[in-house]
This record gives sequence, structure tokens and C-alpha cells, in this order.
Amino acid sequence: MILSVTDLAVLRGGVALLGGLSFTLGPGEALILRGPNGVGKTTLLRTLAGLQPALAGRIDGPAEGAAYSSHADGVKPTLNVAENLRFWAEIHGQRDIAPALEAFDLVNLAGREAQSLSAGQKRRLGLARLLVTGRRLWLLDEPTVSLDSASVALFAAAIEAHLAQGGAAVIATHIGLGLAHARDLDLAVYRPDPGAAGTVSGAGDPFLEGIA
Amino acid sequence: MRALLLRDLRLAIRAGGGFGLSLAFFLIVTTLVPFGVGPEGGTLARIAPGILWLGALLSCLLSLDRIFALDREDGSLDLLATSPAPMEGVVAIKAAAHWLTTGLPLTFVAPALGLLLNLAPSGYGWLMLSLAIGTPALSLIGAFGAALTVGLKRGGLLLSLLVLPLYVPTLIYGAELARRGAEGLPVLTPLLMLAGITLGTAALLPFAAAAAIRVNLR
Repeated sequence: MILSVTDLAVLRGGVALLGGLSFTLGPGEALILRGPNGVGKTTLLRTLAGLQPALAGRIDGPAEGAAYSSHADGVKPTLNVAENLRFWAEIHGQRDIAPALEAFDLVNLAGREAQSLSAGQKRRLGLARLLVTGRRLWLLDEPTVSLDSASVALFAAAIEAHLAQGGAAVIATHIGLGLAHARDLDLAVYRPDPGAAGTVSGAGDPFLEGIA
Repeated sequence: MRALLLRDLRLAIRAGGGFGLSLAFFLIVTTLVPFGVGPEGGTLARIAPGILWLGALLSCLLSLDRIFALDREDGSLDLLATSPAPMEGVVAIKAAAHWLTTGLPLTFVAPALGLLLNLAPSGYGWLMLSLAIGTPALSLIGAFGAALTVGLKRGGLLLSLLVLPLYVPTLIYGAELARRGAEGLPVLTPLLMLAGITLGTAALLPFAAAAAIRVNLR
């Protein structure tokens, strides 16, 4: 088991978005998060990544943490492609960036400054970062934004390779990636009852923690 | 960690990184003083340590909001927070990179500006020593302020308001050390106080700043 979520409730800006969410994710499995805008896909992924606390419930993830990828790529415009990637590789204690460059067709762009990349190329660089983290669990928030169909195919291949190596992924996306071992999870079902929940006063406020 | 330091230094030195900006600002501010105060040598020599320290402090302030704001905007801060690097270490490294690109160069050009302000030659060494010991505290306190304001849009002004009062002790003892050194008075007390402030900020503020960043990332 790579990720196990039990009775999770998440909140954003003091408002509970999802409640009673439970699922497990084993090696080689991918979970596709579905649901309308604002249902809490990003909030769920940030909570799973440990960037924000859960309102309730348990998250049992891998001890080393997860590789998180959001709308922002963490790409520095004045560094070139290889320098950007090598930085994230070194932070994660990895050495080799060549496979990541190849997987996302960035070899010919390796010497280019990131500010001269197109939006899709920058996105590919952001996704190549996942390969140099060496982590088993990937949490991906709308990974295919600004990718063309060829790049989406590259990305799907990278996910398949990751799953084949015993990795797992939670992906919030609106398009079909054609993954063989993916399950869909419709988050709209887990919206809390508006009468019962609504605004949770004080929850998630760091200054009120430990008082109640 | 080494990778982060090298990246921050590289970003600062490359185009648009702001390296040299604070140095030029320091130069201009201290050069303006004789125009405002008048060219009378005795007056300038007396206020030189204070002016140089104020100039160093203001030029340090200039680049503070870059410490975390840029990383927050492009998502790097989220990614660093989920990386194996502890946030305390990230803060300490970023403060160190800020010091290496502002405080350290300021320390080296300060004697040249001391000459412009008619500072006694015997005071150059003490001036450099006071800046070398004191400017790390400016970067550390600044990193803490930057961490507090990292989630805010255009938090630069608030950052200045938060950080400037916290700079008061460093300014007092730094300028006092440089002044006493120039006048040949005993310097041990301000020297120890200044070193104590720097060591204290280095020991405590990375933890406070890391906590502030974690809250601001939510």
C-alpha cells in the first residue's frame, strides 16, 4: 500500500470542501480525481502533499513524502532547462537528469533559458521534475494544461512507466489519459452536507490551534 | 542544500537578479549625504559610521522581498516544502545567499565610501568588522520578515515596516562599534553585543521563519 486515506475531510479558507473521503492506492495504481471546478481537487492534493492540514481523518502516505506538481512549475526563467532540472534532482539527492530530459523530449532544449520556452515546453520541464524526485507517489494537479496531444502522449507514457515500476499517482485532470490501471474518483459525492458543515470557525487557523 | 545556495547565488548574479542593485543604492545614498549635510570634514567624520550603517541597512532592505516572493510566485516554495530539504535549512540557506550577495559586498566597498565621508583611516578596519559581523543579522531578520509577508500581494511596504524596527539593535551596536573603533575608544562591549545579536538571530529566526512559511503556504 502506498497511500491510504481514511475518512478525510479537507478545508479551504475555513470552509469544509470534502468530507468522509476514504480510498487506498497500491503500487501500479493511479487515481483520477473528477469533479466540477471548486469541488476541492487542488485542496485535496495539497492536503495529501502535506502543504495544508486536514480537517479530520488520516492520511498514511510513503515515509519519504510525495512528489507534488501544481499549476506553477517552479521553473526559474533565468536558468536553462538542464540547470532547472539539475537543481531539483540535487535537492532530492538524485544525480542523473538525462532520463528525465529524454522522457519529455527536452534533450534539444537542455541549453535553452527557461524564459524563452513556450508554455507547453515549460510545462514539460515542470513534469520532467517528477522523474528526478525519485518518489513513488505522484500528486498531479491538472498536469496536461497547455500540453499538445503529442506531449500528452509523452506524459501518459511517463505515468505508465512510473506505475510499471511500482509507483502510484493521484491525478486531477479533465481529459482522458488512456491509463490502463486508473480508477476514477468523483469528488462531487463527498461534498459535505451544506446544512451540517458550512463554515468551520477557527479550524485551520494556526493561532487557534491547541486551544479547543 | 548546497544546490539551493548555488541556485540562489546564480539567480542573483544573472540578469534581473538584483545583485549590484543594492550595492549601487548603498553607493548613491552615502554619496548623497555630503550634499545634504555639507562638505565640512569634522561633521562628516563624526556621522560617517552612522551614515554608512544606515546606508547598508537600507540597501539590505531593498532586496529582502525577493528572498521568498519569487519562489512563491513560480511555485518553487511549494515544491521545496514537499522536498526532503527541511524548511528551516531552506530559510537559513536563503538568508546566507542574501548575505553573500548584499552584506558581504557592502562590507568590502564600505571603506571606499568611508573615504568619501572623511572617516578616520584608523576606523576602516572597525567599520568592515562591524559590517561583517552585523550584516548577517540584517539578512536573517529580513528573511524572517519576508517569510511573514510571503503570502501577501505587494507585501514589500509591510515588510519594511515589520523589519526596520527589528533592525534597531543591530544598527545601534554596529554603528557604535564602527564609531568607537574610529575614535580609538574601547570596542569590546558593542562588539560582543553585535556578535550576540547575529548569533541569536541565526539560532532562532530560521525556525520562526520556517513556521511562518508553513502557515503562509496553507
